[in-house]
Amino acid sequence: MGSDNVFAAVALPHLDAAFNLARWLTGSRADAEDIVQEAMVRALTYFPTYRGGSARAWVLQIVRNTAYRALQARRGERRGEQTGADEAVDVETIPDIAVDPEKALILSDDLCRMDALIERLPPELRETLVLRELEEFSYREISQITATPIGTVMSRLWRARRLLVQAAAEGETR
Amino acid sequence: MIKSSGTILDGDSRPEGSGTGTGPRNADDCGKLLLLQADFDGELDAAQAVVLAEHRASCPVCKRNETILAAARQAARGVAYHHVSPELLRAVAGRIGVPRAEADSASEAPPRCTRAWIPWQGIAGFGAGAALAAAVVLTLLPAGRPESIAALVDDHVRALQPGHLLDVVSTSRHTVKPWFDGKLDFAPPVKNLAGAGFPLLGGRLDYVDGRAVAVLVYGRGKHLLELFVWPESTGMAEPARATRDGYNVIHWQSEGMSLSAVSDLDPAGLAEFVREWRQAPP
Repeated sequence: MGSDNVFAAVALPHLDAAFNLARWLTGSRADAEDIVQEAMVRALTYFPTYRGGSARAWVLQIVRNTAYRALQARRGERRGEQTGADEAVDVETIPDIAVDPEKALILSDDLCRMDALIERLPPELRETLVLRELEEFSYREISQITATPIGTVMSRLWRARRLLVQAAAEGETR
Repeated sequence: MIKSSGTILDGDSRPEGSGTGTGPRNADDCGKLLLLQADFDGELDAAQAVVLAEHRASCPVCKRNETILAAARQAARGVAYHHVSPELLRAVAGRIGVPRAEADSASEAPPRCTRAWIPWQGIAGFGAGAALAAAVVLTLLPAGRPESIAALVDDHVRALQPGHLLDVVSTSRHTVKPWFDGKLDFAPPVKNLAGAGFPLLGGRLDYVDGRAVAVLVYGRGKHLLELFVWPESTGMAEPARATRDGYNVIHWQSEGMSLSAVSDLDPAGLAEFVREWRQAPP
């Protein structure tokens, strides 16, 4: 196999995971497709520096960086028109509200609604949840992919789970 | 595991504003919240597990938090896993300069846009009972039949090492099938199950137990499936399953070929693959 084929064999099996993460980060299939293409081209460029280890984590790290760069660029464009409209929530200080987890457990059967609730999580919490629950990465791998200390990964993961359950339980009383 | 960086709550892994810090705690946090979560995520070492076990036996907050963790997991694992389309896979293959498939998307079913991928948790509640049942009713492969189960799994594991997986990278059966011509003394059946959520990624030629086999590689979310194909009559037309080293294997026969699907995918998912494969037209 040529070196390109070696890269393909390392990276292509993780295309699904790459697309899934990009789609959850951007909320758009078309954006996710652009990001995955750009990220794979980038990954090919960086490939000589790949030192083994989890290829999936390595690929997703590049996908995440590419996605954030695209999101930032878009936010910059929009800021010209409207200011401070969608400032990021400070994810570390989201207050906890009493929830009924039993109720949420039943409501979580409604998967379409769960999709929407996860979409509404702040991006830092959403990516941590997706990496843990859909991709089943370890804390250490999530820490590597998101360039975030493990302690922060842990508290974000809890906040994501807590907010999700809270939102699910609140939905019923609406 | 977190173990390698010391205990879970020291050094750079100290969570911000939570757990053992001096800051205000919220009502959820009995001081062992993140330990409880780490246990839930399979990230605790034995020493930490002992500390937690003593505490949680008498902690009502922990009991409540366990329910939250379970509810969050059930919710999150049930949501859509977004699969790559065959078009995107082709486009990426083109961009990174690997042999690309002929444009033949018309011959391939469009990807199912619904949540085709149902996780193992809460599976019955999500209407995937059929897949689960299919996995359960499969008979166990008799010990030693076929002789090469161990060899297949070993080969699968070896293939997962960087650079060993694919000799031909293509989502198109019209590219993969001819690729085997002249390399084997038989023509393996090649199907793309992208429409069923199992996109074809490519294939490779391998030797298992001294015999040349065709290997077709499929994706399923973060999992890889390999289908080993070789001409042999084992007299076992109906699928039968085996497990080895955490990998699931389903073996069956069709038209003089032996086929073995090998993956770390859960048994229900692998059974679904086999069902889709057998139903798909040649």
